Amino acid sequence: MSENAKLPPLPTGTFSERAVAWSKKNLFDGWFNTLLTLGALAFILWLVPPLFNWAVVNATLTPTIEGCAEVTGACWGFVNANLRLILFGTYPYEEQWRPVLAMIVLIAIICGSLGAVKYPGLRKWIIPMWVVGVPVIGVLMWGGVLGLTYVQNSYWGGLPLTLILSSIGVIFAFPLGLLLALGRQSNMPAIKTVSVVYIEVIRGVPLITVLFMASVMFPLFLPTGVTIDKLLRAQIGIILFTAAYLAEVFRGGLQAVPRGQFEAGDSLALSYWQSMRLIILPQALRLVIPPTVNSFISMFKDTTLVVIIGLFDFLGTVKLALRSDPAWTKYYVEGYAFAAAIFFLICFSMAKYSAYLEKELRKGERR
Amino acid sequence: MKIKTILAAGAMTVAAVAAQNAQAGAVLDGVKAKGFVQCGVNTGLPGFSAANAEGKWEGIDVDVCRAIAAAVLGDANSVQYTPLTAAQRFTALQSGEIDILSRNTTATTTRDAKLGLTFVGINYYDGQGFLIPKALGVNSATELDGATVCVEPGTTTELNLADYFRAKGMSFEPVVIENINEATAAFFSGRCDVYTTDASGLASIRTTMAENPDDYVILPEIISKEPLGPVVAQGDEQWADISRWALTAMVEAEEFGVTMANVDDMKANSTNPGIQRLLGVSPGMGEALGLDEEWAYRIVKNVGNYGESYEKNVTAKLGLERGLNALWTDGGLQYAWPVR
Repeated sequence: MSENAKLPPLPTGTFSERAVAWSKKNLFDGWFNTLLTLGALAFILWLVPPLFNWAVVNATLTPTIEGCAEVTGACWGFVNANLRLILFGTYPYEEQWRPVLAMIVLIAIICGSLGAVKYPGLRKWIIPMWVVGVPVIGVLMWGGVLGLTYVQNSYWGGLPLTLILSSIGVIFAFPLGLLLALGRQSNMPAIKTVSVVYIEVIRGVPLITVLFMASVMFPLFLPTGVTIDKLLRAQIGIILFTAAYLAEVFRGGLQAVPRGQFEAGDSLALSYWQSMRLIILPQALRLVIPPTVNSFISMFKDTTLVVIIGLFDFLGTVKLALRSDPAWTKYYVEGYAFAAAIFFLICFSMAKYSAYLEKELRKGERR
Repeated sequence: MKIKTILAAGAMTVAAVAAQNAQAGAVLDGVKAKGFVQCGVNTGLPGFSAANAEGKWEGIDVDVCRAIAAAVLGDANSVQYTPLTAAQRFTALQSGEIDILSRNTTATTTRDAKLGLTFVGINYYDGQGFLIPKALGVNSATELDGATVCVEPGTTTELNLADYFRAKGMSFEPVVIENINEATAAFFSGRCDVYTTDASGLASIRTTMAENPDDYVILPEIISKEPLGPVVAQGDEQWADISRWALTAMVEAEEFGVTMANVDDMKANSTNPGIQRLLGVSPGMGEALGLDEEWAYRIVKNVGNYGESYEKNVTAKLGLERGLNALWTDGGLQYAWPVR
């Protein structure tokens, strides 16, 4: 129990005595830390009050240009007035309950899948949920059946488009990345070469190039009159791109699994796929949760690049709203701040979930 | 540069193939079968094509597509819009993804001849100009020697600027800023003496972004020609004709004083043979285009004449006067070929 000896004595004294002791130890421990503390304090005092005044005290929610002209602070009225344009893009106004419903279905499936860690009973429902849910979302968004009017996907936009692009991206990129990682480890030269070439080529070009190729070059190679949907091309581009990065993440995990584990599988006479599924992958994937989630977060943010091929993701619809009326254009700071807040919310949730997942799956290693 | 070369080569190949394959009437038949016109528009340029707060596309470029839909299908709302970036626009047209491109596109020789496109008219005459603070005390662009100029990169704007100053033997200091918001912010904060872009853009920036618009002036010199108009793919002459005459009918209607409000009255009572021909009272025009005789009547009834479209979109949104886009009878360049 040598560790206990190093623990500090339990704090004693009144609250103020303890506060002084705490700040001496944590904030004013030597001249350098004192300087840092004072510097940070000055920075906060310099930054926060004006920011607060701008964003809250002097701000307005009035959804008119006149209302915004009267205040000195933030014009949240821009977001208020254009909220539906920002959230749903050019999706037909009267039909916007459909993307709302589609988003609810999508979020429910995602929560159901993520919750399976905590509630193992949900596990066997994950695949059926997606198999049923994705077509439901498709029907809601596209329509054309069941009395719903048909909506071309050049009209999809905003948050539903961002969520669809990134969640479909994750679902397809994950298995593809896994296969590529296994392929790269393979003893079969053909499979290995294909995997290596694919990974290196895709990793060697920026996503913007992949999207640009998919959107501008690819149609030129098709016969006249044959067109492949723009959104589908972008979605495939995102999947192919993310898969290459995930493959390298998974390869890291596979390499971290001790050699003996592979041999254990062989000695039990398990087939390649059995030993992968039962022994290797559970260990390898658990090891790479942080970088995997990292890839997902960066993919989520990368979906904003589809704006260069004329699709309006959530950030794109903010820009669309800024241009809806030239009088709104000067309130771009408010528009981008709103987009940043939503993006932060989603990315931060992903990061928190990954931390939780790591903790849950490490339970077996705790002593 | 290399990508551009490859793109151009690819585009030309496709254009050649497209020209062989396309048959007269194919696009019209396709549009009738689909029940809508697929229209390529800008991803957001106020006054030309931009989504309103309800997400509906509006603008002078959008109205061209609405006019064609009204003429061909009878309903100006039978249009599906494909927002396109500058890089995508010609591919979308060549590959058949869209039926018409109405996206503030400058008509030039190479585009018309080499890329397999047909410009069907000019719905907006634009040109590059200079915006300066009044306090600078400059009355003409020829006095701008040594000025710092805010400009967005990668556009013909930047090249025109350099050409103009070189031709005049003047020097300038470019401040190149990628994003239009930041570029205008830099200009209004005084980082540069001059902001340059197309005159339509300058006017809207002046009215909407300046603290006090009266402190800024647009110099009289226009240093480039930017005739903007709708484009169709080469090879389907009938579709090109329909598009050309739909646009022409809007201008012709304005010349005759036919408006959305008085079109029914004009149709019933006008004795002017020109108006009678335009509105289908004396038949022949629709038949010539492969449409019915009320094609132009429906355009004016549903979309309005050119002047009404301009007022509603460009003047109301950007505060721009007609200028070069006034009718020729008012000293502008809009001159409709006679519908007869």
